[in-house]
Amino acid sequence: MTPAPDRPLTLAARGVTVTYPNGHVALTDATFALGGGTICALVGVNGSGKSTLFKALMGFVVPSAGAVTISDEPVRTAQRRGWVAYVPQAEEVDWTFPVNVHDVVMMGRYGYMNFLRIPRAADRDAVADALRRVGLWDLRDRQIGELSGGQKKRVFVARALAQQGRVILLDEPFTGVDVKTEEAIVALLRELRAEGRLILVSTHNLGSVPEFCDQVVLINRTVLACGPTSEVFTADNLQRAFGGALRHFDLSRSTVEEHDGRQVTVLTDDERPLVLGQGGHLEYRDRSAHEKLVADREAGKT
Amino acid sequence: MSLDLLLQPFSYDYMLTALWVSTLIGAVCGLLSGFITLKGWSLMGDALSHAVVPGVGLAHLAGLPLSLGAFTSGLLAAAAMSFVKLKTPVREDAVIGVVFTAFFAFGILLISLFPAQLDLKSIIFGNILAIAPGDVAQLVAISVLCVAVLALQWRDLLLFSFDPNQARTLGLPVRRLHLTLLLLLSATTVAALQAVGAILVVAMLITPGATAYLLTDRFGRMLVLGSALGAFTAFAGAYASYFLDGATGGCIVVLQTLGFLLAFVFGPKHGLLAARRARRRLCLVAPAVAP
Repeated sequence: MTPAPDRPLTLAARGVTVTYPNGHVALTDATFALGGGTICALVGVNGSGKSTLFKALMGFVVPSAGAVTISDEPVRTAQRRGWVAYVPQAEEVDWTFPVNVHDVVMMGRYGYMNFLRIPRAADRDAVADALRRVGLWDLRDRQIGELSGGQKKRVFVARALAQQGRVILLDEPFTGVDVKTEEAIVALLRELRAEGRLILVSTHNLGSVPEFCDQVVLINRTVLACGPTSEVFTADNLQRAFGGALRHFDLSRSTVEEHDGRQVTVLTDDERPLVLGQGGHLEYRDRSAHEKLVADREAGKT
Repeated sequence: MSLDLLLQPFSYDYMLTALWVSTLIGAVCGLLSGFITLKGWSLMGDALSHAVVPGVGLAHLAGLPLSLGAFTSGLLAAAAMSFVKLKTPVREDAVIGVVFTAFFAFGILLISLFPAQLDLKSIIFGNILAIAPGDVAQLVAISVLCVAVLALQWRDLLLFSFDPNQARTLGLPVRRLHLTLLLLLSATTVAALQAVGAILVVAMLITPGATAYLLTDRFGRMLVLGSALGAFTAFAGAYASYFLDGATGGCIVVLQTLGFLLAFVFGPKHGLLAARRARRRLCLVAPAVAP
């Protein structure tokens, strides 16, 4: 049965095990389920099976056990319907290829075109909309190699938009991207979430996860935990996922003095730090969307 | 030089055939070269062109069409490469090197064992001037087929070359596209073999595309330009070989190389001079920006 066009899709992995031809088992018994209208982070160290899970979700590798389904359909069917859109890492793309911004975004429309892939008015409109939405309309005739790092990223986000993908997978979208672009992309992802799309972001940038992801799948050769960020992103879980791979910085009582107004500033050069409160609960920089959670914690304390 | 002398090549049937057949092959190879250079299959083209030699030899001995032998041999080599690559951790370029030299060596051995029936020179260097009518028909058939497939599928092949993952995500038959490109490469290699010979085929399949790449930033234009360059150089090369009394293949490829050098130096965006101009402009602008 096909879900109605506007109904959000669901994504489920059930007992997914992936074994590569050389015998390496990259992922064992990974199980999780997500419903549409979410931004979910896929978090794990390098070699944790993060990219393998991504490949399984996109049908690039076939699980040796278990299955991935999208609204109860196999991945292949979902792909044919254009449900799944993919935003690759910058390193995967040949930036010297003789194509311009418009050409690349048009590649998101192939599934809607006939055998000859000749664009119609609807395809041109979708591409124009997508380009305007990411702010690249004026640069549509540029060869893709002539774009800045942030613009390069946005081209492929625009392609996912033009495809009208309802499950959007982004592979490390914030590596090599400046803070301004990161914020622009996050704002766009929030809009897409509001439209009921299911967005899955693979990242190792822990600090930014609580800022924009409402759910997290934590993996280390299997799914360690999945669910709302506030429940999954705890010191214990992260310790299990990362082991000794994280730098620890305990700001003890002596650092957070009353005479500082109980305020400290943490500076990092590139990635946002993840700040956990007493007992290992998440601290949000922007509490506006999390008032209830904070109130519950206050209530629990007293 | 009088006009009569310039028109002289056109008065011989064998020259006329050589001219239009070369032009056709040049155009088809040039068209395909856009995909080969962007897909990074240049080495693969080189390998296939050498790997067809034993097929040509065997087909000749068995009295079968040369194209059939060459095509089969090329595909066998491609299959052998992907099999060895899958089963060993040896790097891809080494695998390609091992397989194609093995095929080529077998071909040379075969030719040297039957010197009466097989002419090493015409297989290695081509002999368009003595092409048989049956071979011309095969060539035309191969060319028409290649152009038709590319005309219908070039956008799919473009996506497959640029971003195979996106092609897969959209549910495109990636494996079939890969095979299509491989078959086209083998077929055009076979077709070009008779014009320029096994050694120089690879130039026909790479140089026009590489030259066009330096001249434009749009894929569609690159295909048209590559094809036009291939056709023009093949025609002019065959024409010049009449007066020089030199090898046709050599003339064609030397011309193609000249074209590449011109684009390399004078290319509007990627050429050496353009790069220097851009640097100079940057130097002029920079002080104005500084406070």
